[in-house]
Amino acid sequence: MNINSFSSKLLENAVNEFAKLPGIGRKTSLRLVLHLLRKDFTEVEQLSDAMLRLRREICYCKICHNISDSEICEICSNPLRDHTTVCVVESVKDVMSVENTMQYKGLYHVLGGIISPIDGIGPDDLTFDALEKKVSEGGINEIILALSTTMEGDTTNFYIYRRLNKYPVKITTLARGVSVGDELEYADQITLGRSLINRQLFVMES
Amino acid sequence: MQLQKLFLLDFKNYVEADFSFGPKINCFTGNNGVGKTNILDAIHYLSLCKSHLNTQDSLNIRHGRDSFMIQGEFLRNGLTEQVHCGVKQNQKKHFQRNKKEYSRLSDHIGLFPSIMVSPSDNALIGEGSVERRRFMDSAISQFDKVYLEQLVMYQKAVYQRNALLKSFQETHQFSPEMLSLWDDQMIQYGEPVFSRREDFIRELTPVFQYFYQEISGAEEKVELVYSSRMHHASLKDLLAGALSRDRILQYTTVGPHKDDLQWMMNGFPIRKFGSQGQQKSFLTALKFANYDFIAQKNETRPILLLDDLFDKFDNKRVENIVRLVSGGRFGQIFITDTHTERMKELLAFSGSGNRHFLIHGDHIEIID
Repeated sequence: MNINSFSSKLLENAVNEFAKLPGIGRKTSLRLVLHLLRKDFTEVEQLSDAMLRLRREICYCKICHNISDSEICEICSNPLRDHTTVCVVESVKDVMSVENTMQYKGLYHVLGGIISPIDGIGPDDLTFDALEKKVSEGGINEIILALSTTMEGDTTNFYIYRRLNKYPVKITTLARGVSVGDELEYADQITLGRSLINRQLFVMES
Repeated sequence: MQLQKLFLLDFKNYVEADFSFGPKINCFTGNNGVGKTNILDAIHYLSLCKSHLNTQDSLNIRHGRDSFMIQGEFLRNGLTEQVHCGVKQNQKKHFQRNKKEYSRLSDHIGLFPSIMVSPSDNALIGEGSVERRRFMDSAISQFDKVYLEQLVMYQKAVYQRNALLKSFQETHQFSPEMLSLWDDQMIQYGEPVFSRREDFIRELTPVFQYFYQEISGAEEKVELVYSSRMHHASLKDLLAGALSRDRILQYTTVGPHKDDLQWMMNGFPIRKFGSQGQQKSFLTALKFANYDFIAQKNETRPILLLDDLFDKFDNKRVENIVRLVSGGRFGQIFITDTHTERMKELLAFSGSGNRHFLIHGDHIEIID
């Protein structure tokens, strides 16, 4: 089958649009489109409606820049959460990861990326100003840096540290080392070495 | 460590070949173009996951086929281990140890170390500084994984810093604050890279000089000089001093990525003042010293691959080398040569544990 020989312009258009999505090639795109053609009218309408509403009505939280249905997201507007602790993450996906741990009760700050000149991303493209403003207004005791452990993540950590260390706020970062459930013989030397350097006092929980 | 068996399928000119090796010297003799070096290259693959010529993997597939396979059986710390390498056109390279696929090839490198001495080593003398840095970096990385990590991180920092310098030019802006972030990263990883290289050359030099004397039997005094501007100033100061030039050129002009090694003979660069035989003696001594270094750090003797070693040497130096390699200093050795008789003499000289393969275009003959 020659995938470029469509019998209908409408079909071709739809295939082209799906193929623009990440991870979807022309073959998958055609499969999806043909699948939609076999569906009820209402079902397809629901799909297109969901996409349109998503794009039109979604907000970014004014406080933490997380994706939200309202101006202030559910996390930031929740009075039960600890409003003195802010966890700095790269993206919305990372908020979900940290939330999934069920270990964190503070707020977030989504940077929208990390500093990387190669990708043309500098401080002006990210939400550092908002973060600094938040800290300078007081009321925050701790900033937790939860960025990727890559060179770009480290550099962004340094940058944030330089901007915030003039304020009376504790700056912490995620622990790095052997992951839970790992057998030592399979841990790589760099990680194991770092875990040794950053070893911690052994405490028995009673 | 020893390679006991090797099996090739559609690798370079080999349709199918099966070898059983001896624990000491294994030599391959035959005419030009019969595929002697290809055997060494296959062993190189098993050791370092790639061809020593640094070619694309798919170029090593026999013409008209779409995949090749190399299998080796090693004896390592008393255990038999199998290493498998498979390359299929347009597919990811498969690498297995004892039937278990590696998720990262770098986990394999260093487990079955080898050193190749080949005519292409000439590039270390004739080509630019990048070859000499690569020699130094790969020699150190073979036993020091932390160094490799630091080097990779350092190179990333340089890459990002260069991109930032370029973006300054394009946007007509300059932010010393942003630049210093990458300076700090370069310093954090660059300083240990420099001192590790310095230590390495200091440790390597006496062993290298010993081997050069053994090979040449001559009075020439040879030296390895690590030239780096970091001998005289810290990387922080160097970066500060080069700032205006870096901004104009839009790349980082100082740091360990600009270091070089100078090969000296009697106080002069061997590139200009050494004969071909002297240059080859120099390179061979360098590789032997590298071998010795890895053997000591690893506590296991690497496999020594000697490709067309005797070419360009006078008789005296050939004799010296034969004495050197047939002594107990090296473990298992693989040699290629065009002179079958010369190899027979060498093997007769060095006792048992050797095998001699006579390579013909279509079959392989074993000489007793």
